[in-house]
Amino acid sequence: MSAIDVQHLTRRFGKFVAVDDVSFRVGEGEIFGFLGANGAGKSTTIRMLCGLLRPSGGTATVGGVDVGRDPEGVKRHIGYMSQRFSLYESLTVDENIRFFAGLYGLSGGRYAERRRFVLEMAGLEGRETMLTRQLSGGWRQRLALGCAILHEPRLLFLDEPTGGVDPISRRQFWRLIDRLAGEGVTILVTTHYLDEAERCGRVAIMHAGHLIGMGTVAEVKHVFADRPIVEVRVDQPVAAMQALDAMPEVEKTSLFGTAVHAVLRTPRAADVPVADRLRAAGLVVESLATVQPSLEDVFLDMIEKAGAR
Amino acid sequence: MRKAIAVARKELRQIARDKVMLFMLLFIPAFLLVLYGYALNFDVRHVTLAVQDRDATAESRAVVSAFVNSGYFDFTARVVGEGEIESLMDHNAVRAALVIPEGFGRRLRQADDPNVQVIIDGDNANIANTVVGYATRILASVSGPGVTVASRAAPPLSLETRIWYNSELRSALFLVPGLIAYIAMITAVVSTALSIVREKENGTMEQVRMAPLGATAYVVGKSIPYFLLSLAGELLIVLVSMALFDLPMRGSWGALILAISLFLVGALGTGLFVSTVAETQQVAFQMSLLLAYLPTLMLSGFIFPISSMPKVLQLITYVVPARYFLVALRGIVLKGAALDTLGVPMGAMVIYAAVVLGLASVRFARQHG
Repeated sequence: MSAIDVQHLTRRFGKFVAVDDVSFRVGEGEIFGFLGANGAGKSTTIRMLCGLLRPSGGTATVGGVDVGRDPEGVKRHIGYMSQRFSLYESLTVDENIRFFAGLYGLSGGRYAERRRFVLEMAGLEGRETMLTRQLSGGWRQRLALGCAILHEPRLLFLDEPTGGVDPISRRQFWRLIDRLAGEGVTILVTTHYLDEAERCGRVAIMHAGHLIGMGTVAEVKHVFADRPIVEVRVDQPVAAMQALDAMPEVEKTSLFGTAVHAVLRTPRAADVPVADRLRAAGLVVESLATVQPSLEDVFLDMIEKAGAR
Repeated sequence: MRKAIAVARKELRQIARDKVMLFMLLFIPAFLLVLYGYALNFDVRHVTLAVQDRDATAESRAVVSAFVNSGYFDFTARVVGEGEIESLMDHNAVRAALVIPEGFGRRLRQADDPNVQVIIDGDNANIANTVVGYATRILASVSGPGVTVASRAAPPLSLETRIWYNSELRSALFLVPGLIAYIAMITAVVSTALSIVREKENGTMEQVRMAPLGATAYVVGKSIPYFLLSLAGELLIVLVSMALFDLPMRGSWGALILAISLFLVGALGTGLFVSTVAETQQVAFQMSLLLAYLPTLMLSGFIFPISSMPKVLQLITYVVPARYFLVALRGIVLKGAALDTLGVPMGAMVIYAAVVLGLASVRFARQHG
């Protein structure tokens, strides 16, 4: 049985359709990534799955509970953590843990055991009496995660959990996520960081309320199977883009830092005289190589196609 | 219920750590009480008085000394000639003049319509009214019902006035119940509204809503600390008023606590309602002011008597809970009224609390459903 089963889920706000006929399944212990621009409908979807927002249409079953019928029942099975480290800053570490434990009805030995677990996991032993506002971003984030899993939920929703946190803390955080997934916890995470998305078992890409692509990272990259990507480093990237766009074999170009990515229409990159053409245009070619598509390529490609439709 | 207690305990910890909030709940009420209690004093004292005693008998001298010894008047000038009183008043040397005509003593003995004239500078109508009240009472006390007081405008008439419950007409006694209502509104409405809206702003509300916690448990848990603190603050105000302003506490403490509690529930409900509308603390604060603070100050009968308001405003006062609270409070504190005579104001407060809590929970549930 799927941990999350979403069928034709739709949410309207007046005339605006925030989530439009979205269907997907997430298996137990899977890390499922939700990608999309701001306003694509990711958060609205998560809020429906958590029982905060009633769906306008379709069904969603989370941990075997229908969120439309029993939104309160869903809350018992899930943990939720958002980008905003929703802890009480004027309370101490211990007081935050105690409060959230109280909300989930934890007491006695179970409370003591879970408290120890959270303190150990977040690396906050010895800092129990510190005010939360005095903690650094990474610690706060791990404490927020700890508070979200105090009640040992089988499902964990993370809404942009690593926003505004340094790279080392992000890495530590993802190590915790992997550990939880290894213990069988199903994780649905939204993120802007495409390197984080690479760590997900499967990803879904949302755009304007629609699900425009889904699969393992390798699967979604398959959209570039017959369209090799050539990465070019030249002295004048903008002029290079203009020259390449004029070639019939080039589908499109985009700027990746100081490099230019050109998507070709032919399966064999060697057949296309990219370097000759650039030199003919008077540009100095520093390097030229066929590269694997990144998730960013996939993401931009899918959004472009969805927009064109 | 255990979850509501978890929320309440968390809230108490936050209040204890939030110096501004604690200050607002505990010290501002006491500060306001002392400030308003002394500043908002409508009593008139030391009225400068000119006396023209044309009778010069034992009886007339008794009247003069009654005025001087009353504590309200300062004997300033003895007038002999005509026109002197006008001149004194024109120069603001005196505010009132007492004129005892020839034959006053004889007429008093014969009970033959004895009268004295009191002339009052009417440039400040409030003061003039108060002074008329003083003069009337003094005359009644010295001479019994035989004396008549004639003002220039009105025909001579005999009146006998008795002020009950606050026989010295000290406005502090009248104002303190108003202050209690006013301060309750500030602390209860503003603090409840702000504490909930702050959770919205900080995002902790969203986190809490993700937990299996009913809206009722959340609201009850949030309200308990503010209710208890406000109640404690209110009772403290009553005790301070008894000490500083000689507020009599003639009724039962049980009735007092009941009245304050009913009013506080309505006030907390108002704060809750505000929190369902406002998205930022600033808006919440302004809405609280508009909804709670101003009506309590202006439309409750705290400062301005309801009976002298225009008809439209009088109608509005019926939905101001402080109006009923003041009736109940003044009744309990000043008159020692028993609960059974306070059915109307107590009932009205129950209705207000029920309506505003109903409105708030409908809005709350809609936002959280």
